[in-house]
Amino acid sequence: MIDRIEYQDYVTKNQPKSPMVRTLIAAFIVGGIICCIGEGIGDIIKLIFKDMSDKDVATWESCIMIFLGSFFTAVGLYDKLGHYAGGGSIIPITGFANSVVSPAMEYNREGVFFGICAKMFVIAGPIIVFGVTASFIVGFIGYFVI
Amino acid sequence: MYLKVFAIGGLICMIGQILINKTQMSSARILVLYMLVGVVLEVTGAFEYMKEFAGSGVTIPIMGFGSNLAKGALEGVKEEGFLGAIAGGMGAVAAGLTTAIVCGFVFGLISKSKSKKI
Repeated sequence: MIDRIEYQDYVTKNQPKSPMVRTLIAAFIVGGIICCIGEGIGDIIKLIFKDMSDKDVATWESCIMIFLGSFFTAVGLYDKLGHYAGGGSIIPITGFANSVVSPAMEYNREGVFFGICAKMFVIAGPIIVFGVTASFIVGFIGYFVI
Repeated sequence: MYLKVFAIGGLICMIGQILINKTQMSSARILVLYMLVGVVLEVTGAFEYMKEFAGSGVTIPIMGFGSNLAKGALEGVKEEGFLGAIAGGMGAVAAGLTTAIVCGFVFGLISKSKSKKI
């Protein structure tokens, strides 16, 4: 019989540690590569459509990145990547796409309405709610300041 | 340029990974946190300089989404007054959001989950 403090020491000593350095390097490299792919797509769009404005290029770029993120999630590669890269695959916009598509695929056996359509926003919902609310607050304050 | 994009983009993701390792935050919280950071950076005007410096290195991380929301709201105010404050933010990210939702719906219909982990 061991007392509680001893037991807690035992637990903290033996629980799996997430290997700090390895995950940081993996996140750095994967995140950097995903950002470079985005930059590359932007440059290609600029080459093809020379008279497109920078804003439109950025919009197309993020749309294509979101599509690629969804596609690789559907193929099953993105979750494997996320297993190694952690933050490197979550924080880019492809991770946002992954957080929409992944639950949609996961719950499609529960039907179209309450499976795919409802569960799609399990992770993306908070992001959209916080984002839209924040943008409204910014606009509201901006209306009186500007 | 690509070196800068790689370094800054990688650094942003690495800070996220440090947060994940140290605080055990879920990915939804990390994404919300980064997006709100993007909103704040855009409002203070720092995001323009970062974009000038690193291009996609700061716009591809979810901070770009937050900055677009804030920028859309501010531009909406300038163009349409109060209605712009309501509609501008959503309007600026409508393209990305629509792509994500349509892709999510279509891929959700056609493909079964490969792994059991969300």
